[in-house]
Amino acid sequence: MPKRDPTTPDGARRSLLVMWTIRRFEEALEELFARGVLHGTMHLSIGQEAVAEGVAAALDEGDFITSTHRGHGHAIAHGADLERMFAELLMKDTGYCRGRGGSMHIADVAAGNLGANGIVAGSMTIATGAAFSQMMQGTGKVVACFFGDGAANEGAFHESLNLAGIWSLPVVFVCENNQYGMSMAVDKATAGGSIVRRADAYGIPGVRVDGNDVVDVFRNTSEAVARARRGEGPILIEAVTYRYRGHSKSDRNLYRTVDEIEQWRKSRDPLDRYEARVIDEGWLTSDQLEECRIEARDAVRRAVEAAFRAPDADPADLVGAAYA
Amino acid sequence: MPETMTYAAALRAAMRLLLSQDERVFLAGEDIGVYGGAFGVTDGLVAEFGEERVRDTPISEEAIVGLAVGAAITGMRPIVEMQFSDFVANAMDPLVNQAAKLHFMYGGNVTVPMIVRAPGGGGTGAAAQHSQSLEAWFAHVPGLKVVLPATPQDVHDLLLAAYLDPNPVVFLEHKLLYKTEGPVELRSRAEDTPARIGEAKVLREGTDLTIAAYSIMTPRALEAADGLASAGIEAEVIDLRTVQPLDIDTVRASVKKTGRLLVTHEAPQPVGVGAEVVAGVCESDALDYLLAPVARVCGQPVPMPYARELERAVIPQVEDVEAAAKELVNA
Ligand SMILES: Cc1ncc(C[n+]2csc(CCOP(=O)(O)OP(=O)(O)O)c2C)c(N)n1
Ligand SMILES: [Mg+2]
Repeated sequence: MPKRDPTTPDGARRSLLVMWTIRRFEEALEELFARGVLHGTMHLSIGQEAVAEGVAAALDEGDFITSTHRGHGHAIAHGADLERMFAELLMKDTGYCRGRGGSMHIADVAAGNLGANGIVAGSMTIATGAAFSQMMQGTGKVVACFFGDGAANEGAFHESLNLAGIWSLPVVFVCENNQYGMSMAVDKATAGGSIVRRADAYGIPGVRVDGNDVVDVFRNTSEAVARARRGEGPILIEAVTYRYRGHSKSDRNLYRTVDEIEQWRKSRDPLDRYEARVIDEGWLTSDQLEECRIEARDAVRRAVEAAFRAPDADPADLVGAAYA
Repeated sequence: MPETMTYAAALRAAMRLLLSQDERVFLAGEDIGVYGGAFGVTDGLVAEFGEERVRDTPISEEAIVGLAVGAAITGMRPIVEMQFSDFVANAMDPLVNQAAKLHFMYGGNVTVPMIVRAPGGGGTGAAAQHSQSLEAWFAHVPGLKVVLPATPQDVHDLLLAAYLDPNPVVFLEHKLLYKTEGPVELRSRAEDTPARIGEAKVLREGTDLTIAAYSIMTPRALEAADGLASAGIEAEVIDLRTVQPLDIDTVRASVKKTGRLLVTHEAPQPVGVGAEVVAGVCESDALDYLLAPVARVCGQPVPMPYARELERAVIPQVEDVEAAAKELVNA
């Protein structure tokens, strides 16, 4: 059973809330970063919220995800606690990784988030292993593996699809094709011109979805998840989307035009589109929609305030910490 | 006349020289073209030399390093970049099982003249998968040379030396060094480089103890030596510059003079380069000159954490070197 169905009134409210929460969360991070209270760098998924939510909504409670360096949205959509996420970025002991991981490494294994990963395609073999484990243990659970268009050129992508293919593992590979791997345009990086068609090589279904349409992502992922749960094997979903912000904090955006970014933002924004759809279909009223926005904003505010009050991570706890 | 420039600029100038001087040289790596590299090191080179010779690659580390091996054994002089040294883990086969082995394994009928550049080290808040100091891995593989320049002049000169070397060279640049400035005499031909792979350099003379350092710990050791001097302790600071081959003779000679040895690196202490330096001293008559046990000031044996205070606690700081040196001298 999907956790929520964005094509029903109740599901729409919850999905919209998740998507707004992701956006407000990352906007809050930008502000914190500008104020100099964060360390390191971060990768924002603003503009890609529909992929995270469309996939996470289609999973059942107890299913797993693996995530990427651009993973805030995946974590939030899969149920992460905002306060613990902020606490992690604010270097607090109460953070998901006790301040050891930061933006790129949010994990909540008990809740099914097997972790964000700083290594491009690094989570793909892990997702395959987690799916293998579900099959061996007969749990009936499914793993959704997020990765980027750039990751499709790592050996790990090919080895994972092949292994999952020959053993029919319950894993849904979700490629977030946001048009660039850092500065490299997907067309320039991808021989054969298509990521989704690579599925053919491994004898698994491949489907290209509109990654800025949460309903399209949800429907296709639901089918893929159901199929994987029935033991019919993996699927490759390519979700076409766009990253509004720079790759990370040091990006000068020299490889694309402001016009291109504006085009996507103005005409294909996943939140604008879903809100319009929700009203059109009569799933929510405009008042309810406004309530969602306010609820997301307030939840983010409350979480960040609470996180600030938490105790800092303590260097004394590092001794011996590399081992269980 | 030397001019003041950053470590990154001096490194870029060396690559520019090699690209101009030798048609066989090319650069390849992720985002090294119009992006200029994750740390801006290759900024502008694609405009100067074109996309053929300054090649953006897909995110495929194994293929990038393998490409270098294949090109090197067939007449080219590749300089490839791993965006962070951590990602060389994805390219260990072409580096360790191929590049390092071919010359010997094929009975000397091939050489593998290639350079793998990679930024390493912590202090940027990039956490466990983007902050490692992996030099000991490479130094342990016969066939690889491992260079870790600490100053703008050395990064310029040693890249040229690496190019002149017929072996695969792992060239590790600490991220915090990129923006450091210093006087640099730019060479006009690679052959003019005075630096030799396998030669350490005494950066400061002293009589009370020897501090052997490399990479980011070199400037930290120099700063510690200033602090020690105001406490009446004269430290001799050696920049090892390359850890494979290791210039142990320079360290031995210094220890004979000072009678005390402190080795420092950011990489975790266990089975690190420091142990090799200490053993090298103990295997010689320098051992007889030691007035105190040797000391190591190295990274804590945990993956690099994100939080500022945690990261600071894991990385050896100037104060740590200073305190350990005082303890040695006052023991
Ligand atoms: C193995 C590895 N190589 C390179 C990097 C540096 N890097 C981090 S993200 C990134 C781009 C990834 O592109 P993509 O997979 O499309 O994901 P996106 O950033 O677009 O979400 C690169 C090159 C890395 N973290 N790991
Ligand atoms: Mg991408």
